[in-house]
Amino acid sequence: MTTHSHRVLPGFGLSLGYTLVYLSLLILLPLGGMVLKTADLGFAQVVEIALGERSLAAFRVTFGASLAAAVVNGFFGLVVAWVLVRYEFPGKRFVDALVDLPFALPTAVAGITLATLYAGNGWLGRWIEPLGLKIAYTPWGIVVALIFVTLPFVVRTLQPVIEDIEAEVEEAAASLGASRWQTFLKVILPAIFPALLTGFALAFSRAVGEYGSVIFIAGNLPLISEITPLLIISKLEQYDVLGATALAVVMLAISFVLLLAINGLQWWAANRYTNREPLEAAAGRASAGAAR
Amino acid sequence: MSRSRRATEEPGWVRYGLLATGLGFLFFFLGLPLVAVFVEALAQGLPAYLEALREPEARSAMGLTIGIALAVLPCNIVFGVAAAWAIAKFDFKGKSLLITLIDLPFAVSPVVAGLIFILLFGAQGTFGPWLAAHDIKIIFAVPGMIIATLFITFPFIARELIPLMQSQGKEEEEAAISLGASGWQMFWRVTLPNIKWGLLYGVILANARAMGEFGAVSVVSGHIRGETNTLPLHVEILYNEYNQIGAFAAASVLALLALVTLVAKTVVEWRMKKETAMLNTVLAPEKTG
Repeated sequence: MTTHSHRVLPGFGLSLGYTLVYLSLLILLPLGGMVLKTADLGFAQVVEIALGERSLAAFRVTFGASLAAAVVNGFFGLVVAWVLVRYEFPGKRFVDALVDLPFALPTAVAGITLATLYAGNGWLGRWIEPLGLKIAYTPWGIVVALIFVTLPFVVRTLQPVIEDIEAEVEEAAASLGASRWQTFLKVILPAIFPALLTGFALAFSRAVGEYGSVIFIAGNLPLISEITPLLIISKLEQYDVLGATALAVVMLAISFVLLLAINGLQWWAANRYTNREPLEAAAGRASAGAAR
Repeated sequence: MSRSRRATEEPGWVRYGLLATGLGFLFFFLGLPLVAVFVEALAQGLPAYLEALREPEARSAMGLTIGIALAVLPCNIVFGVAAAWAIAKFDFKGKSLLITLIDLPFAVSPVVAGLIFILLFGAQGTFGPWLAAHDIKIIFAVPGMIIATLFITFPFIARELIPLMQSQGKEEEEAAISLGASGWQMFWRVTLPNIKWGLLYGVILANARAMGEFGAVSVVSGHIRGETNTLPLHVEILYNEYNQIGAFAAASVLALLALVTLVAKTVVEWRMKKETAMLNTVLAPEKTG
């Protein structure tokens, strides 16, 4: 904290200097260069490209599918995290390790596998298509791929928070007459809500930029099932570098906002569950609800 | 444990309902795809599978994938340790901004990550004419793929080490220095042994991403068969040629890598937990039964 302790340990200048140079050369200058490149276009033209029919449709597909995937993972992620923390069942450690599979499995592998599973003759597609729902090569396919890719985020942000809920708080709520459901709604949910939101935002942010797993299952029809990252690549392949750059800068701005939001949420979550007061107050609230 | 929890447990039907929902979800979205990779790869028997892997293009793709990971990991290890040292052991202005900036590549779409290097080193890029005049190829060549992978895997090791080194504090290092150790002696004998599992954990994650990266590498590779094809790009080419066996054979190698990653990760997590538990049991023995 004090300038005194700065002096005791060596290597501050070296390590910070190296960090800043490496960060600048590899991350900041290339990203800054791209932002500057849009100056060649001018703000008005960037907006025009971003609001073009095909770009707008791509943004709609990208954000719609990402939101759907994050919502699905928000619900099932909560269930999975709860089950993994609170219940015992055979093979639990194996299942727990398996949750990280989407982080470890290359996205191209996920893409071709999901496309094969959900195609009309695939293991899952052959049962789902007779019900009138086509998944592979439609926007639903994008949602499925994004659910797979972002599955671990909600589970992994919730697990430590559920572990940290102290048994006494729930016991207090129960002994004051709250039902299990009231305890969940008024004690547990408020305690885990910041983490749930953080996991949701992490999943959404990852989904928006995802490319590898989506392109194999999406069908990639312009205006219908074309995601923004794919549109950037097809502009690049047609030598429309400025068009690609304009879209990329819009994506970058959105990612940056999401990153700041996630950092804010994480700060909130960290300050929330280390603080025991709100939990105890919540136990009181739950019992007040039960009394009514 | 279950005894003290009884007052705060869900009714039986809720428990089984939640178990079935959670495990069913994981079965359909994780278990089935994992099994499908290997079933598809072996659909025409083991000989056809091995044949597909023995192809020269598959082998060169594997070689390039390993080569890129070997080039990328040392750079990011050095960066991760340096960044974590500066951030965890010292106080300075703008620290939280620095942590946010280190996270930036996690938020950037891989496609955008590839594009920014095209804008720098591509034919029409900032350094394009200069590179062409000096006959240096970065884009549509291996150097560009290494740079793009460096960008993508940049945060992994630093993200593991920063919280770990913060929680360890700086007393041990300060003791070493005040007892007369040099900076490097302190690093090799105190810091590195303390962070070795966290470092290994970060390396495992970064390696999985480096070998599996698709979007960023795809943008800068130019897809030259046998030359700038990594294993994930090879999977794409074969799949688009309707070579199902070849694509899934290559994919199964990557899936095996993912399984090895998960096992290694679990083992390292278990080691880290054991070491912290050893410290905790001395202070407060855990309740049993």
